[in-house]
Amino acid sequence: MTTSLKKVVIVDYKMGNVASVKKAFEKLGARVKISSTKNDIGSAQYIVLPGVGAFGEGISNLKKLGLIDILSKSVLKKRVPFLGICIGMQLLADTGYEFGKHDGLGWIKGETIKLKSTNLPHIGWNNIKTKSNKLFSDLPDNNFYFVHSYFLKPADKSIVTSTCNYDQVFSSSIQKDNIFATQFHPEKSQLAGLKVLDNFLSYTHAKN
Amino acid sequence: MLKTRVIPCMLYNGMHIVKTIKFGEMRTLGNPVQFAKVYDSRNVDELVFIDLAATEENRKSDLETVRKLMLECFMPVTIGGGIKNIQDITNLLKIGADKVCINTAAIENPGFITEAAKKFGSQCIVISIDAKKIGKDHYVFKNRGRTNIGKVALDWAKEIEQLGAGEIFLTSIDQDGTMGGYDLKLVKEVASAVKIPVIACGGAGKVQDIIDVVKIGKAHAASLASMFHYSGHTANSIKERMDKAGIAVRIL
Repeated sequence: MTTSLKKVVIVDYKMGNVASVKKAFEKLGARVKISSTKNDIGSAQYIVLPGVGAFGEGISNLKKLGLIDILSKSVLKKRVPFLGICIGMQLLADTGYEFGKHDGLGWIKGETIKLKSTNLPHIGWNNIKTKSNKLFSDLPDNNFYFVHSYFLKPADKSIVTSTCNYDQVFSSSIQKDNIFATQFHPEKSQLAGLKVLDNFLSYTHAKN
Repeated sequence: MLKTRVIPCMLYNGMHIVKTIKFGEMRTLGNPVQFAKVYDSRNVDELVFIDLAATEENRKSDLETVRKLMLECFMPVTIGGGIKNIQDITNLLKIGADKVCINTAAIENPGFITEAAKKFGSQCIVISIDAKKIGKDHYVFKNRGRTNIGKVALDWAKEIEQLGAGEIFLTSIDQDGTMGGYDLKLVKEVASAVKIPVIACGGAGKVQDIIDVVKIGKAHAASLASMFHYSGHTANSIKERMDKAGIAVRIL
């Protein structure tokens, strides 16, 4: 494993359980802190924004905790490797449309919209079609675990690194520079998921 | 394409993993954490862990055991037994459970299903139905198969879907532990009546039973215990046969 002593901060913003994400990174040998303090986020080597829940609540919790500025500074200016999972991917958009219209973090041009599939939520194991991407090198399997009804539709399609088909084809992951995000839950996707997280930890941003 | 799941069902009596026959005699099988470890190493799609004695012994889920078990699991896990209120669910989710399985509390207070679904999302709330054939209908039972609540399984399934349940864990009391095949009529009745996924449980003895419950019964997932406990089958050996039968599964 490539990841010993890497320091991961998982942002705790009261959006579902983070225990599984912590456990998965620890399994890979990383040092993990679950935190909602500016100090921890400001000094993180890797930042993970996980979570399950509604878009509006996610953004409002980040605001209430006063974390948006420090996250933007770390990810957009300092270029700390960032991984958004599920709602943590959706929140990157400019706008989200779950229970009304909400502003997102706006790091990725695009919108978070509802799937048109017949049966929602989309829940269970589904296969993804990957493009060549750091996150997906040497995957043992391409099935991942999904639990969601919304997805991030980026304006720039070239940042989409995988797609999934559930009555409609949607973007199941993206990468823009140091910003990675997956709609599926790598922490719940056994060997393939652990490989994705391990690949994330082996990413270092090339300094300009 | 969404995959049909094969889910080991772990029944716990507060001390050990056990296996019942028709909800009766319990055979002790071993340590839950060891079981979880083996299932994780075999890449099962999901795990269901039910503390079947919690409600009747009037105690809560054994959080310490669940916590230890969760440490071994890198797949979705559903925990059931003794769940009565929102705090019970919060406690389980906090230690990594993905879904909770509720039986008695849903029967005694159907409003609890809605309350829980609103708070945590439907995807998190699994309602289990224990059904037994009487005459030509299947009736819902509580208290581990002892008390007939007087409702037909099909009607109760529709009701709990309306109330916000995300999934139904449907067990045939008659077939439990017999390894004589699922109650296909029961599963088909329920699975055809609701849109939410139905996990069929009770009776799997051979791979064909599982293929039948998916193809004929229309189940979204098959749960089984005895076959894993007492036969040489693994989730993968079962799914290889399902794949040949044309069912979309995840094989590793």
